[in-house]
Amino acid sequence: MEEQDKILNDVTQGEYKYGFITNIETDIIDKGLNEDVIRLISAKKEEPEFMLNFRLEAYRKWLKMKMPNWAYLKVPPIDFQAISYYAAPKKGPKYESLDEVDPELIDTFNKLGIPLEEQKHLAGVAVDAVIDSVSVKTTFKETLAEKGIIFCSFSEAVKEHPDLVKKYLGQAVPVADNYFAALNSAVFSDGSFCYIPKGVRCPMELSTYFRINAANTGQFERTLIVADDDSYVSYLEGCTAPMRDENQLHAAVVEIIALDRAEVKYSTVQNWYPGDKNGKGGIYNFVTKRGICRGVSSKISWTQVETGSAITWKYPSCILMGDNSIGEFNSVAVTNNHQQADTGSKMIHIGRNTKSTIVSKGISAGKSENSYRGLVKVMPKATNSRNFSQCDSLLLNDTCGAHTFPYIEVGNKSSVVEHEATTSKIGEDQIFYCNQRGIDTETAIGMIVNGYAKEVLNKLPMEFAVEAQKLLQISLEGSVG
Amino acid sequence: MLKIKDLYASVEGMEILKGINLEVKPGEVHAIMGPNGSGKSTLANVLAGKEDYEITKGEVIFEGEDLLDKSPEERAKEGIFLSFQYPVEIPGVPMVNFLKTSVNEHRKHKGLKELTAGEFLKLMREKMDLVDMHTKLTNRMVNEGFSGGEKKKNEIFQMALLEPKLAILDETDSGLDIDALKTVANGVNALKSPERSTIVVTHYQRLLDYIVPDFVHILYQGKIVKTAGKELALHLEEKGYDWIKSENGN
Repeated sequence: MEEQDKILNDVTQGEYKYGFITNIETDIIDKGLNEDVIRLISAKKEEPEFMLNFRLEAYRKWLKMKMPNWAYLKVPPIDFQAISYYAAPKKGPKYESLDEVDPELIDTFNKLGIPLEEQKHLAGVAVDAVIDSVSVKTTFKETLAEKGIIFCSFSEAVKEHPDLVKKYLGQAVPVADNYFAALNSAVFSDGSFCYIPKGVRCPMELSTYFRINAANTGQFERTLIVADDDSYVSYLEGCTAPMRDENQLHAAVVEIIALDRAEVKYSTVQNWYPGDKNGKGGIYNFVTKRGICRGVSSKISWTQVETGSAITWKYPSCILMGDNSIGEFNSVAVTNNHQQADTGSKMIHIGRNTKSTIVSKGISAGKSENSYRGLVKVMPKATNSRNFSQCDSLLLNDTCGAHTFPYIEVGNKSSVVEHEATTSKIGEDQIFYCNQRGIDTETAIGMIVNGYAKEVLNKLPMEFAVEAQKLLQISLEGSVG
Repeated sequence: MLKIKDLYASVEGMEILKGINLEVKPGEVHAIMGPNGSGKSTLANVLAGKEDYEITKGEVIFEGEDLLDKSPEERAKEGIFLSFQYPVEIPGVPMVNFLKTSVNEHRKHKGLKELTAGEFLKLMREKMDLVDMHTKLTNRMVNEGFSGGEKKKNEIFQMALLEPKLAILDETDSGLDIDALKTVANGVNALKSPERSTIVVTHYQRLLDYIVPDFVHILYQGKIVKTAGKELALHLEEKGYDWIKSENGN
């Protein structure tokens, strides 16, 4: 037993391998937040007036809002004046070719295993890389353009496709939707924009990598994905940050709009720095992700593997407006050491015959707290709608916690909502059984945990699934007892 | 092959094994019988290295080396196989993956090349016939939804795949009907060889009709109180454990 704990602890407390800091020259503005700062960000980005107004409206509303405290999280007070709201690698925000990019930056992305080099594009993943506040490189743009697909940084979209941005920005997540979304709307500096035209099936996975590098900054990126009628896109998001003793704030917004019969798959592997084993440092991750199935028979699915961040507050949601539209949420959330996660989903059924599925797999280790919070709301007019929710929790020891907070509101009689929940503990007997077959404890735990999470991992695109499996093994093998 | 000398073991401060002595030579089949609570399963688990037990005294030598120093997985890879009394279910982990990992860990330990998926499936098909194992079982998750008999068959199937030097069958007969018992016993007998030894832990004599032991030991209150040939099991069947109890002053 002691031996087992030792192995587990060793592995659990393995170093965060993305914790390096890149020495690149950074253009960073002074700490603090006020209207001038917002005007400065907007000016630096040479934005049209509608964007500045969007930001100012958000800021003014944010000032009147309070930080939400309903989540099962202990959040230390955040000093919003101690954060710098804009940091960008110097040397021009965007590069025409890789030769112009700071070699340190290329090195950073190589360390992260992000395929920026042109030859790797053949692997078929288009990448937008966002470091600190700005997008540094979008790959594969020309190939996508041939199909009429727009995939670029948010700043670029504001300049080159202002009509599209104006039309869809804030549709899924209104400026003052919640405290952190309002903050994001006020200060967001970049992110990715994607538009798939009518009838186009995006031929490759689109991918954004987010990286916080500079100290004392927050990262506030904004992603907007619009899938026009009869289109399809699969979108991947990955994130990492250096190891720093102080906490850093990440408050992102992702909006998805799916029109008639469009389908969007959004997959995330979130691996922000979780803090050290004593709970020092780590990212505070307050993220608003929401998709609207605006069109009939449209579909949005969220798949997430969450292993990072000191605090996670995140509820990827679907508003099922179009008749026969479908929403899916598949999640594996891992917490270890002193991590806290309050995550889940909201499914709002508005259209008739709408369907939603929620599969949430929580895995808790160390002294962490892991909560599922979900809302299924069926409006009176959403007749014949269905939801199925399954929330499982796996505990790796006696010092961690798992909690489930399901909220269900059904407004008509023809709809069916089902909820299933289980809690289990990884068994010493399971591990001993594996040991007795010659399988060491590390491998055994990896196998058991991956088996538990398989239903969700299977939903990830291949290359991501492999990465996610490894990540689970690294961040988890530990603390059985 | 295996030498147990004056072995004492306790769990949560309670002494269960109180001075076990046993020697098993290559090719031999030993049966360990005894009433409930006499320490049979403890002995099996201690040999396999389950960490709940504290060894307070004595030693176990396996193939000339100190066994008690080794981790459970090392013992397994060096050739000790425990057929569990209650095999656990591992949801979400396919049998095939589990078995392939297991076989390859053993191969790595022996310095052999790991089997590819194709090679492994071929090996698996060969061994499945031994215990009349169906693909409907190997296609499932580890022990999930298996009946009692299927779980035991699966244990013997794994034994066939891993080809251990010493197999310990912990109450393999419990919960089996007579047909399943025969299938399991046939599997064990098919694997018999002059190099491979077996320890059969059982409460009842009936398994020994099919797996014929060279020696029968009676374990009572943590000690081996009687050792004889296979006729001892029959004697025990006739007279019951009370006979042992009265002989040992209870």
